[in-house]
Amino acid sequence: MLLNMGPSHPAMHGVIRIKVIADGEMVKDCDIDIGFLHRGFEKHCETGTYTQCFPYTDRLNYVSPLINNFGFAMTVEKLMGLKVPERCEYIRVIMSELSRISDHLTCVGASAMELGAFTVFLYMIKAREWIWELVEEVTGARLTTSYARVGGVKGDLPSDFDGKCRSVLKQTAEVLDEIDTLVKRNRIFYDRLRDVGIVSKELAASYGMTGPFLRSTGVEYDVRKATPYHVYDRIDFDIPVGRRGDNYDRYLVRMEEMRQSIRIVEQALDQIPEGPTNVDAEGKIIPPNVMADLGKFGKTAGLLKNEVLIEPTLEGTQKRFHDRVRADSKEAWIPPKEQVYSNIEALMNHFKIIMLGHGVRPPKGEAYGAVEGGNGELGFYIVSDGTDRAWRVRCRPPCFPIMGGLHEILVGDQIADIIATFGSVNMIAGELDR
Amino acid sequence: MAIKVEEKQLTLLERLYVLEVVRGIALTTGHFFRNMAVHIARLFGLAKDKKGSTTFQYPEERRPLAPRLRTLHRLTRREDGAPRCVACMMCETVCPAHCISIVAGEHPNPLIEKYPTRFDIDLGLCVFCGYCVEACPEDAIRMDTGVLEFTSFSREGMVYDLNKLLARSETPKPNEESKVKTA
Ligand code: SF4
Ligand code: SF4
Repeated sequence: MLLNMGPSHPAMHGVIRIKVIADGEMVKDCDIDIGFLHRGFEKHCETGTYTQCFPYTDRLNYVSPLINNFGFAMTVEKLMGLKVPERCEYIRVIMSELSRISDHLTCVGASAMELGAFTVFLYMIKAREWIWELVEEVTGARLTTSYARVGGVKGDLPSDFDGKCRSVLKQTAEVLDEIDTLVKRNRIFYDRLRDVGIVSKELAASYGMTGPFLRSTGVEYDVRKATPYHVYDRIDFDIPVGRRGDNYDRYLVRMEEMRQSIRIVEQALDQIPEGPTNVDAEGKIIPPNVMADLGKFGKTAGLLKNEVLIEPTLEGTQKRFHDRVRADSKEAWIPPKEQVYSNIEALMNHFKIIMLGHGVRPPKGEAYGAVEGGNGELGFYIVSDGTDRAWRVRCRPPCFPIMGGLHEILVGDQIADIIATFGSVNMIAGELDR
Repeated sequence: MAIKVEEKQLTLLERLYVLEVVRGIALTTGHFFRNMAVHIARLFGLAKDKKGSTTFQYPEERRPLAPRLRTLHRLTRREDGAPRCVACMMCETVCPAHCISIVAGEHPNPLIEKYPTRFDIDLGLCVFCGYCVEACPEDAIRMDTGVLEFTSFSREGMVYDLNKLLARSETPKPNEESKVKTA
């Protein structure tokens, strides 16, 4: 019997169609049809400037947009040979790991819900909410963060971030323990996942699967360890690996990874340096319109000693914070607002960066940068022809190889197991179809 | 270093399931009574800093917004009430969604030179990236209104023109910034 699951099936996480040839309840053969959410990410990136690509990367894996942001920024920086300030590297690590936790929370919660454990879903979404509130406080958006910039991040962390973040991590760790109590040794959950959707090492490797999928088979591969980027080499953490490569192992790997991420964030919060403070201020804070007008009418004497009362959404970008989070390069992104308002060189620099045809222009060449996304290796390959637009952008979405091999994994299981296995893939259509 | 995740077989007791059910129910009931206690305490005006549930009873109850949250745009005003914008087109250029369109006019005051005769933002296209705010060298455009609800029955209704964008800004007093108008 031919059975169609999807494209809009209630248990499908995104729009995707699985054609199943079923013999009774058994899956005899299946075929996976993807591409329903194709938006032309790569082509879009070629038509906009490098900075304009960040909002597109938000929409790849929309459960952990910050990782995508940083991955893209890192690759462009590689092309330009830019070095990012240390504090900014730590901010990137912290925000990436928070995103990873939220990604895994969503995946485990949603797949548990599909198996009937609705409470687990609610508790995990509650924890995700705490994390997203933190993300909102730092980036100014919950989901469409657009936080990274070439050569840094948009703004520094808020001053009360450390305490808030630690308390969120503590609460999240409690939630994880509760989830384990609820489902880990629960017979229904165990029997539905154990020895279902088995992936062998060979199969995973031959399709190029990465992330929790590969690690559940026992292969110790994690981009953060294999080719450390940001400051992951200074942080002590373990890679959880499974043995059998079934759905239950993937559940365990994801749960352990969240605990490791909590460890990473805590260490990063301990290690994060303050960075240069850049104060030559008299401590006077003047409103931006007043400052801009003074600057325009030439009353610039001593103006730079003051700080601007910045617009709330730009909090953290003032001159005081600028050198902590932005690379020291006039090629990268705009100067701090105080300088733009009060001197003409900075204003010209500001205009140059934004004007089409100028701005961020990496030299001719190509670069590949990979980060460990929620589902595995997320890579960006950028070819630059020296203009302010990429000549070619290629994204290696971590879901894609997994979906490529999924038909082999599903065959031999029952129809109801498709839901469990598919849930453990954590397919994000935005990332898969780009 | 790699750590193996634990994978013990279920014991007979766990296979019997009864104990697991009891453990699970104990946990959820614990949550239920704890939250109930907070709800009741709040009813009597106690425990104001705690919340019984994570949900908000929207629209009666509003979630506190982070100060950095990017919300509906507004154009700030000069002391005479005119828009601060000098039609430099920076925001139009940087916008990744190409949703801002400005028509510039010549200002009678030679110190201002240019001003926008038209300034439209199509909020149906806007992706709320905040680049326009970052790119503005005049502090003329802001996204700090705290307004999240701006819907319309038509696409035309989503296009905000100069008047609509200025409507949420107060005319500033000397040496002050143009604040958000509270309705
Ligand atoms: S927030 Fe972004 S998309 Fe919206 S108008 Fe500003 S620059 Fe354009
Ligand atoms: S960047 Fe500012 S001053 Fe320039 S056109 Fe836009 S709103 Fe007006």
